[in-house]
Amino acid sequence: MSARINILFKRIISPLAYAVLLGASAPLLAADAAPAVTQPSALPAKAALNAALLTGSTFTPPDPSTIPHDEFGKAVQLGRNIMFETQKYAPQYVGNSLNCVNCHTDGGAMAGSAPLWGAWVSYPAYRAKNKKVNTYEDRLQGCFRFSMNGKAPPLGSDVLVALQAYSYWLAKGLPVDEKVAGRGYPNIPEPAQAPDFVRGKAVYEANCAICHAANGAGRVVNNEVVFPPLWGAQSFNWGAGMSSISNAAKFIFANMPYGQSYSLTPQQAWDVAYYMDGQDRPQDPRYEGSVAATRAKYHDNKNSLYGTTVNGVLLGDTGEPIPFKGNKS
Amino acid sequence: MRQMPLQTIRLMTGVCLLAGISSIAQAAPPPEAASCAACHGAQGDGLPAANYPRLAGLPAHYIAEQLKYFADGTRQNAIMAGMAKPLTPAQITILADYYAGLPVAMPAPAASVAPILLSRGQQLAEFGDWKAGIPACFRCHAAGGVGVPPYFPPIAGQSAKYLADQITAWQTGTRKGDPQGLMHSVALRMTEADTQAVTAYLAAIKPAAAVLGDSQPLSTGGVK
Repeated sequence: MSARINILFKRIISPLAYAVLLGASAPLLAADAAPAVTQPSALPAKAALNAALLTGSTFTPPDPSTIPHDEFGKAVQLGRNIMFETQKYAPQYVGNSLNCVNCHTDGGAMAGSAPLWGAWVSYPAYRAKNKKVNTYEDRLQGCFRFSMNGKAPPLGSDVLVALQAYSYWLAKGLPVDEKVAGRGYPNIPEPAQAPDFVRGKAVYEANCAICHAANGAGRVVNNEVVFPPLWGAQSFNWGAGMSSISNAAKFIFANMPYGQSYSLTPQQAWDVAYYMDGQDRPQDPRYEGSVAATRAKYHDNKNSLYGTTVNGVLLGDTGEPIPFKGNKS
Repeated sequence: MRQMPLQTIRLMTGVCLLAGISSIAQAAPPPEAASCAACHGAQGDGLPAANYPRLAGLPAHYIAEQLKYFADGTRQNAIMAGMAKPLTPAQITILADYYAGLPVAMPAPAASVAPILLSRGQQLAEFGDWKAGIPACFRCHAAGGVGVPPYFPPIAGQSAKYLADQITAWQTGTRKGDPQGLMHSVALRMTEADTQAVTAYLAAIKPAAAVLGDSQPLSTGGVK
């Protein structure tokens, strides 16, 4: 086989083969009662091309090179820049060292990685999180308040206008429908065994630590965050969707390790999500004066470890949220 | 990912380099380095025209690992196998530390490359091509391709031919040992045109030092 044909094979045939393989073995994986032991060297040949593979998405957002050269296009481009370099383009609303792209692969264009086009056609929507109908702007504000541990940009602010323009532009041609394939993170089979901190640590050390560091702090080079912190002071806070184990498991299964989508087993994804979300992080900005009261009001479900003791630590027991100062531009 | 013209990158990295060179006291080369210098240069700058990569400023951990891989065949290279096999672990450490400590010097100017090739290369380096499953180079090798010690080596300013040969080696399996097969995964998805474009772009970037920062500054909001 020539190199070129070989590449074509890897690009086209192999993902299809993997899809069939995964479909056939999913029940096996779900029923697998053996402890999830990770290998130091993953099998990249098993990895899917990207997060879109298991979502059933058929939508292709427009190519960035087609962003129009006019006033609208400027807003679209700013929105895209904010997604990739939030620290540079929206620092006044950010309180940690994350960038939107950390949880939205390809800057919000990738199916199965919470694409903005999927969100755009799904709002306004009722959310149990705040028990009201949320507009798209409300939803974007939530990202800054929780995932970015920052401050909600005001309604109508340049940042929210730009993110809406970019989202709309990405979604052009897509029917308004909250059930659109590829939205959010794809479902993952329930774990055969309850997610576990110790197994999760082993998965983390074998598959994640090389980038995110053993202490979860990520890595900074020449004053720029290369690999984002997964817990601790510079990560998302306890109000973020990613602090829910099920959300994190779905994201990880479809998107991590980078470039090796769906290479972990579902059990491994659940275990490592538990490990990540079993670490402390900035206080929930909706803090109710005590850990117990905050858990009772916002975290009383099996997917949140807030207010529970994990690995000897009462998670969230860090007092009042630290007042927001904002990152320097 | 940064979106800046190549000229800006050149200017910025040039300034960083000057600052770096003046502040690094250079150690005398250890005797072990004598045989390396013939191909990789007295300053570890490499010889791009002959496909010999720069060693100066690569992470010590990375250099040491590659020497072990050359010796045990994980990375197949006839010349380097012969060089690496006789080395003791202590000698490997000496060499790795020496070259890691050398300042990153300016590479020879790249051959003139078609702008369209550079533009596609920049696209791949900064944003990747996710439809084909290719992440951005800079997502792991840091903005400007300066690398992230200890596991992700610098890729900026290495010769295009050397970089392209590595992509091919990961595709065919003659180079292994990349952590978790990360480069193997990416290389399998790259066409020959992708490889040419991205390596031309990376070769044209002036290399700069990678300074690891404090990952957990406590200055803004967060856990007490």
